[in-house]
Amino acid sequence: MRSEQGDTEVGLKGLVKDWSGDKEAFDVPWGKAMMWIFLLSDTFVFSCFLIGYMVVRMSAVDAWPLPSEVFALEIGGQPIPLVLIAIMTFILITSSGTMAMAVNYGYRKDKKKAASLMLLTAALGLCFVGMQAFEWSKLIAEGVRPWSNPFGAAQFGAVFFMITGFHGLHVSIGVIYLSLVAIKILKGHYAAQGNYEIVEITGLYWHFVDLVWVFIFALFYLW
Amino acid sequence: MAADINKHAHQEHPLALYLKVWCLLFILSSLSYLVDYMHLQGLLRWTLILGFMFLKVALIISVFMHMMWERMALICAILIPPLSLSFFIGIMLLESNYTLLSRLTFFSQP
Repeated sequence: MRSEQGDTEVGLKGLVKDWSGDKEAFDVPWGKAMMWIFLLSDTFVFSCFLIGYMVVRMSAVDAWPLPSEVFALEIGGQPIPLVLIAIMTFILITSSGTMAMAVNYGYRKDKKKAASLMLLTAALGLCFVGMQAFEWSKLIAEGVRPWSNPFGAAQFGAVFFMITGFHGLHVSIGVIYLSLVAIKILKGHYAAQGNYEIVEITGLYWHFVDLVWVFIFALFYLW
Repeated sequence: MAADINKHAHQEHPLALYLKVWCLLFILSSLSYLVDYMHLQGLLRWTLILGFMFLKVALIISVFMHMMWERMALICAILIPPLSLSFFIGIMLLESNYTLLSRLTFFSQP
């Protein structure tokens, strides 16, 4: 694709010439490519948190608190391990499913169904954040702090609040993002262009939030 | 312009596929919850947790995020960079073992 003229430019000028060469590397709408690249960078942020968690857990001298007991809820007088976390996981997966359906209806240009499925997804996300708030207040009431906790290794609190907090922030932002886009769709913002790629782009973000939860669920709660 | 807009409109997939993947994700989550509920321990527990985790991740990325229908250029640009994390994980594993060893050697109560 390089023209003969491009080859004659060297140094910085050549770099600019080559990188601004009118080529399209990714055969997708630019918004989608940018969302993927943002998600890639977010992958590294969450990886740093999870690797940091691995380091403090492996190097902790005190015993790590058992998540299965810390996060147990008493139902009918019997402690059921991780029950709230399991429900949160199912809610998030359900929301991922409704989001995937919304994307599908977006492609079919069925804006009513796409928007209402997106609003349903946002509502499920809100449910998730609410349960997380409940979990946080329960743990705080039990004396878990970022610097200490009654169950074991002091690092547990810091890791818990940081990782679930950052994920909860992502869910909250996702709820706002989904609602805004759904309202814009209903108002007919995208009808003029006749394409609903925005649904898929929003969907990518939402699925990523679910993806991160899969890692947190496995590595933090189940390990 | 019309052709340009419709260029990417080929991604219409049957709803049934999404429903199947959805079901699979539910089953996999239930199975990974059961790992904890049944109190499986040791190597079996870790293999099962990681196995179910990677299966779920693969399903979400490939079907829900449409990665299996993208072109190789995008797939490589997004999926190859995170592989460098395995090196990061490796060096941090060594580091945390060393930290633990130092703590036990120099800071443990007699």
